[in-house]
Amino acid sequence: MVRLEPRRQHSQAMVYLSPVLAILMTLIVGGIIFSFMGKNPFDALYTFFILPINNSYGISELFVKATPLVIIAIGLSMGFRANVWNIGAEGQLTMGAIFGGGLALYFYDSESMFLLPAMFVLGAIGGAFWGAIPALLRTRFNANEILTSLMLTYVATLFLSFLVHGPWRNPEGFNFPESRPFPDAGLLPVIYDGTRVHLGTAFAVLVVIAGWILLSKSVIGFQLRVVGKAPQAARHVGFRQKRMVWFTLLLGGALSGLAGLFEVAGPIGQLQPAISPGYGFTAIIVAFLGRLHPLGVLFGGLIMALTYLGGELAQITLGLPNAVTGLFQGILLFFLLACDVLTKYRVRFGTPAAKGEAA
Amino acid sequence: MTGGSKPAQLEVRGVTKAFPGCLANDDISFRIEPGEIHALLGENGAGKSTLVKIIYGVLQADLGELLWEGKPVTIHSPHDAREMGVGLVFQHFSLFETMTVLENIALAMNDVRDMAALRQQVIEVEKTYGLPLDPDRHVYTLSVGERQRIEIVRCLLQNPKLLILDEPTSVLTPQEVEKLFETLRRLADEGCAILYISHKLHEVKALCQKATVLRGGKVVGGCDPREETAKSMAEMMIGQKLTAPDRSGTRKFGDVRLDISDLSLISDEQFGTDLKGIGLKVRGGEIMGVAGVAGNGQNELFQALAGETEIIVAPDCIKIDGNPVAHFGPRRRRRLGAAFVPEERNGHGAVPDMNLAENGFLTAFRRMALSARGLIREVPTRTFADKIIKTFDVRTTGASAEAGSLSGGNLQKFIVGREILQDPGVLVISQPTWGVDAGAASAIHQALLDLAAKGTAVLVISQDLDEIFAICDQVVVMAEGKMSAPRAMADVSVEEIGLLMGGLHDLDGDVTLKTKELIEGDRVGQA
Repeated sequence: MVRLEPRRQHSQAMVYLSPVLAILMTLIVGGIIFSFMGKNPFDALYTFFILPINNSYGISELFVKATPLVIIAIGLSMGFRANVWNIGAEGQLTMGAIFGGGLALYFYDSESMFLLPAMFVLGAIGGAFWGAIPALLRTRFNANEILTSLMLTYVATLFLSFLVHGPWRNPEGFNFPESRPFPDAGLLPVIYDGTRVHLGTAFAVLVVIAGWILLSKSVIGFQLRVVGKAPQAARHVGFRQKRMVWFTLLLGGALSGLAGLFEVAGPIGQLQPAISPGYGFTAIIVAFLGRLHPLGVLFGGLIMALTYLGGELAQITLGLPNAVTGLFQGILLFFLLACDVLTKYRVRFGTPAAKGEAA
Repeated sequence: MTGGSKPAQLEVRGVTKAFPGCLANDDISFRIEPGEIHALLGENGAGKSTLVKIIYGVLQADLGELLWEGKPVTIHSPHDAREMGVGLVFQHFSLFETMTVLENIALAMNDVRDMAALRQQVIEVEKTYGLPLDPDRHVYTLSVGERQRIEIVRCLLQNPKLLILDEPTSVLTPQEVEKLFETLRRLADEGCAILYISHKLHEVKALCQKATVLRGGKVVGGCDPREETAKSMAEMMIGQKLTAPDRSGTRKFGDVRLDISDLSLISDEQFGTDLKGIGLKVRGGEIMGVAGVAGNGQNELFQALAGETEIIVAPDCIKIDGNPVAHFGPRRRRRLGAAFVPEERNGHGAVPDMNLAENGFLTAFRRMALSARGLIREVPTRTFADKIIKTFDVRTTGASAEAGSLSGGNLQKFIVGREILQDPGVLVISQPTWGVDAGAASAIHQALLDLAAKGTAVLVISQDLDEIFAICDQVVVMAEGKMSAPRAMADVSVEEIGLLMGGLHDLDGDVTLKTKELIEGDRVGQA
């Protein structure tokens, strides 16, 4: 018989081993699924996970995809640490793109060097604004932020859809539901010639470092951790939970908004109905895969970015549906959560002997 | 005592039980005769609860055997144990607050076909053993002592031959304890064996005829408690000489440092206790004890004092060194020199998954200047934790150990030390030695006395009267959210405090009387 036995102390080794184990199991199950679909599992896995990054352009694309994931996941992981479950990063990303992109469209013939910084500010404000709504509902009316932030995502994407189908549609665009292309002054400079790696990628690295300092070295990061781990202790020493709800939702929203702006001002270059292949949701997996730690998030972001690239390649060369990407992401999250049980419990084989703790 | 010709009700032979990293029971042997009240003594962690779980079938022994009336038995589950005739009254009750006494009893029985018959049985048992209890009252209206009676009635309905009580008096007033003892003596007279688990030695001395002492999972001795002193048994339990707290220093009281006046508060919890017009002054150098049975407003009082509950409308009802603070949160009160130690260590006084350095930072970062420009100052933070560990003899691997890995006594020493090293002007501490081993408890008591000697006003909220008598200068009693007038420790007796603790239970008196009449009426009817 197989049993789970509680550990006396959380296993630090398992905290870091669990994502590795989850990735291995995802590969095994993925291989099995490919073989059921009549593909050679080794070929398919190679196509999915190795082929996309066996050249320098592929690696640069990996950074492009990882950029929004990492930026968003850093913000989300702060919230998750404090038990604030912001599920609506996708919506905050969209609002950031609308606010910042809106400015670029308003000054569509601008050549000012101030346009781009102003777009950054507005993008962050847009995301923070969309994060502020669940924060207000939670702190004033005790409404669950999981539901409100998720539902607001659909409001935001529909709002974007309305804008690009209607008022912000490119008058010279042959009726396609797209905005005007942003002026050059409103586009992120590419920082490595011949690739799409843009200024946002450099910003993502800064966010990782700043996130690490905030979480591990600052008093506010300490408060976040205490609120999450022991709410009663936080209350006892006067760390206010409401303030943490506001802080994490505003921060997470602002970072998501910036990530959204980087997408439209970077690889896309205009507003269109779909500006993100679910980065805001995938970032949730990135945050957990990275153990809610900024440095871990960096690695998690690269791994999840690979699933996007692999999914695209699998569509082209193997003729597999796009859903394969989501499938892999889902399997990975599933195994990750399952493996996390092992940080608190150990697996024992044999008959149950001890149910209680020593007296 | 008995020669061994007559079989014991229960004999435990060489029982051994190991958990990962700890031998909880090591070759334990003892016997309980029918009609004997047998004490199982030992500190927290001595292995008492493990042994009880083995006897009650919750755990299985690795080695050794149990003999029931002379025959070897294997007890697979609590169900088996009950079948055999073992009854267990838990330390914490498992009752449904919103259901009646009778419904709660019915829920615990294996099969109840006829509620009317059960009711008759319950009344019968209550009558026989002097356990007045109205079967139709809702549990949430009952005092803790009355709730315990439900548990006992539950057990007695199954006609046990061995009744086990695990720390039954920790929640009772002295008067309630006396009532419980009468019931237990009557049961023993009828031949029921009783295994009484406690670390309260004067109770064991008053009740039990035999005692088995456990330390570190082993039997370290047996005795007749009636022939021992509490001190000699305590030394057997902890395996070393006990030193009484030293309060030799001359006590001088200064100005009032903590001033509570007309503090009233509606509890926001469903079964919480409202505070009604609490007033109390604690002077510098003075240790004020707040006695009372748990659940009479002590938690609400602590939260109001610590700033977990803010009283915006009446800032004046709590003053620290003359400053009105009732409208402040915990951090501003701490800045004025107050410090607080809550009852619960894990998750309230400390964060179990954080290390000791971080837990030191938790309450001390302002006063000890452990942060600068919004960042944690790593070196002073570690130094502060190391200093607590060293000054208060906290047994741990170091400042990087997770708080949750420390034993209760060591973590409590750390938490108390963290507050004392901040040199507070006012210290409010709730249940300072709850679930703490005797060595740590005496260290904490000494630390509190030393702190008061330096001029701090100390308020100790405790259910443990021995503790209050050991360290306090004055005592007040809380009952149903009200507070009695302070009395000097020198001219108050345990009985008086006990009466105050139960004093406001008069409200229940009517119902209790009614039950008595019911029972007596029944008796007349039968005659």
